Amino acid sequence: MTLAEAVHAEWTKLRTAPGNCWLLLAAAALTITVSAAVDAAAGCSLSVSCQPDVARLSVTGIWAGQAVVAVLAVLVISDEYSTGMIRTTLAAIPRRTTVLAAKAAVLGGVVLCSGTVGVAGSILAGRLILPGRGYTVAHGYVPLSLADGPTLRAAGGSVLYLTLIALLGLGAATALRNSAAAIAGALGLLYVFPLFAHVTSDPTWHRRYEQIGPMTAGLAIQATKNLGQLPIAPWSGLGVLAAWAAGAMIAGWLVLQVRDA
Amino acid sequence: MTTVTPYRSKRKSGSDGFGRLLRAEWTKFRTVRGWVIAVALAAAAAFGISVFLASNGHISCSPGPCSINGQPPVTGPGGLPVNDAFYFVHQTLDGNSSITARVTALTSAPALGGFQGPSATGLQPWAKTGVILKASMAQGSAYAAIMVTASHGVRMQYNYTHDIAGPPGAASAASPRWLRLTRSGDTVTGYESGNGTHWIKVGTATLAGFPRAVQAGLFTASPDAAQQGQTRLFTAATGVLDHVSLPGGAALRAKGYEFPAQGFQFFGREQRSGEFTEKAGTFAVTGSGDIGPYQVPSDKTADSLLGMIVGLIVVIAVAAPFITAEYRRGIIHTTLAVSPRRGRVLAAKAIVIGLVSFVAGLAAAAIALPLAEKLLQSNYYRPPWFMTAAGLTSGTGLRIVLGTGALFAITAILAVGLGTIVRRSAVAITMAIAVIVLPELLEVSLPQSPAQWLQEFTPAAAFGIHSSIPRYPQVACYAVKGCYPLPPWAGLGVFALYAAAALALGFLLLRRRDA
Repeated sequence: MTLAEAVHAEWTKLRTAPGNCWLLLAAAALTITVSAAVDAAAGCSLSVSCQPDVARLSVTGIWAGQAVVAVLAVLVISDEYSTGMIRTTLAAIPRRTTVLAAKAAVLGGVVLCSGTVGVAGSILAGRLILPGRGYTVAHGYVPLSLADGPTLRAAGGSVLYLTLIALLGLGAATALRNSAAAIAGALGLLYVFPLFAHVTSDPTWHRRYEQIGPMTAGLAIQATKNLGQLPIAPWSGLGVLAAWAAGAMIAGWLVLQVRDA
Repeated sequence: MTTVTPYRSKRKSGSDGFGRLLRAEWTKFRTVRGWVIAVALAAAAAFGISVFLASNGHISCSPGPCSINGQPPVTGPGGLPVNDAFYFVHQTLDGNSSITARVTALTSAPALGGFQGPSATGLQPWAKTGVILKASMAQGSAYAAIMVTASHGVRMQYNYTHDIAGPPGAASAASPRWLRLTRSGDTVTGYESGNGTHWIKVGTATLAGFPRAVQAGLFTASPDAAQQGQTRLFTAATGVLDHVSLPGGAALRAKGYEFPAQGFQFFGREQRSGEFTEKAGTFAVTGSGDIGPYQVPSDKTADSLLGMIVGLIVVIAVAAPFITAEYRRGIIHTTLAVSPRRGRVLAAKAIVIGLVSFVAGLAAAAIALPLAEKLLQSNYYRPPWFMTAAGLTSGTGLRIVLGTGALFAITAILAVGLGTIVRRSAVAITMAIAVIVLPELLEVSLPQSPAQWLQEFTPAAAFGIHSSIPRYPQVACYAVKGCYPLPPWAGLGVFALYAAAALALGFLLLRRRDA
């Protein structure tokens, strides 16, 4: 069976399994909702200073949306193990590398679509909400626009970020097989680094956490202001996340190769 | 016709008591080796990471004792750490006396010349101007003051920790506030008036050993503005005071003096400036800083105990499958056939996993707290300036340890509730983790006012159980994890409400749906 046929099979499975469509919609909807809520909460006035980076502020919802993406990614493989479907899959496509590659391609594709909707919606929400919350031209804030280079990078990078999170989840779930362990591990890995960075006053360790953590480093891609003060440059940050995702995928691939299904 | 009696076993039927149900659930838990290992791992990870967070990072204090902003720390009466920074327009006043002034305005002021660091615009709620009697020109000396604040009305404050509320409302040209302090021996009494003739007593201060000759005058202070994260911004305010009179109607022949600010700061450092002008008896006094108890800038113990969140994530990964695995494997059919009263099944599950998690959290905190405090102190975060040691046997220490146990238990019950609702472990686990971690993450990243909202109404309130620094309502609070608006147990109660709601919804769905 060729890769194209495998991709087609995976696409059919993803499309017809109940709940997947809702998860994709939820990822986009949650991203937009949380972004809009943060836009509204971060309003600035005379006594509360404005957030410097509005592009980054307007896509904060990714913090929530990525969790839904991770769930989808984990379920794509661990559901097969819990239902025994994996045996049918591997009987049909004995080359396990092809199976994993097809899953990654289909998952990446749908997350790319869902992420684009979520991020574009968030930017639009920011464009509509922020000027009314004190981020006016008079204060030196132009309305968000994707025609602006850094904003486009923040938006496009956020979509790539979500895709890499999906691959991280897929790799972790393939390696661990157990959906509970995989999702808790993936979300823990994402969320604890920014929390630890915030409570660490020592500048060396603070920076270290932000450089290592897949979420803190990966989201550097959203920065449009004060790039010199970032703990890690935008594209290198996304590279750190890509390394985490690649590590998880390689671990998953090895386990899939070596272990019985 | 013969009657056939159906066979009945002579054995007594077994009780279907709740105790048996609990035992059944306990057996289910303890026989899944992965779950037992995971709960042990949760405790170990919570402990290990908390201690690790306590160990990384330190203040450099070589050589000699730690200083705050390059100055020796200021101690008030009784050895208490205090802030004593304001602009003072003063003269010496002898014996029993009084000082009166009328406040017509309190406005924010721009940063003055020489100022280098980041500043905030806007009037701080606790910006204050008024009259003060101070034992000496040394920082940390005894004082009594009556003042108008920006949004907390008239206050009488003395010796740093005492704060008495007077009539509410701000001062303006249309409605000026008259303030008076009278001193008789060790006793200072504060009065307020709207018109300068009809006076209301606000409070009385007894200042032990208040010297005969004191410094009397006008002052203005404006505390730092708390910003996102641990950044603090310099602010200044200007108070306009007139009708200043001393005993016998004498005018104030004053000099200006600035009590310099001090305060430990992690990112950047500001310097402050104040000044005063006098024109025909009207004084405009600009100052910044605060007079009050020193608020520890970060709650190091609570910060370290954030490591517990890793344990919570692991507990969630066990507690949600405690119910969802039954659905996946079909054991739920057996469980409900054996015990058809579904509410009791869910209650037994919640109690078993709740108790197991409680023990894990309790153990983790009981070992982590003393060790973390020891490590913090060896890294020069020492009381009373940089941390407040709780200790296991103190009330705060007991609250932290028991509260961590409760935090683990409530988290597990929330996960069981969500697991019953959605019946899929990955979704339930994600929801539980998001409910706990996301408000916490937003809280440390948003400006202070939405952050405080999160700390009051979302599960982030629960982490107030780890607070270890004293909170004075009259002092602006800067520590991200030290300024919880709710008392610790009330914060945990907010989280418990979320868990109870999830469990209740799970119970309703379990009764209504087919298994």
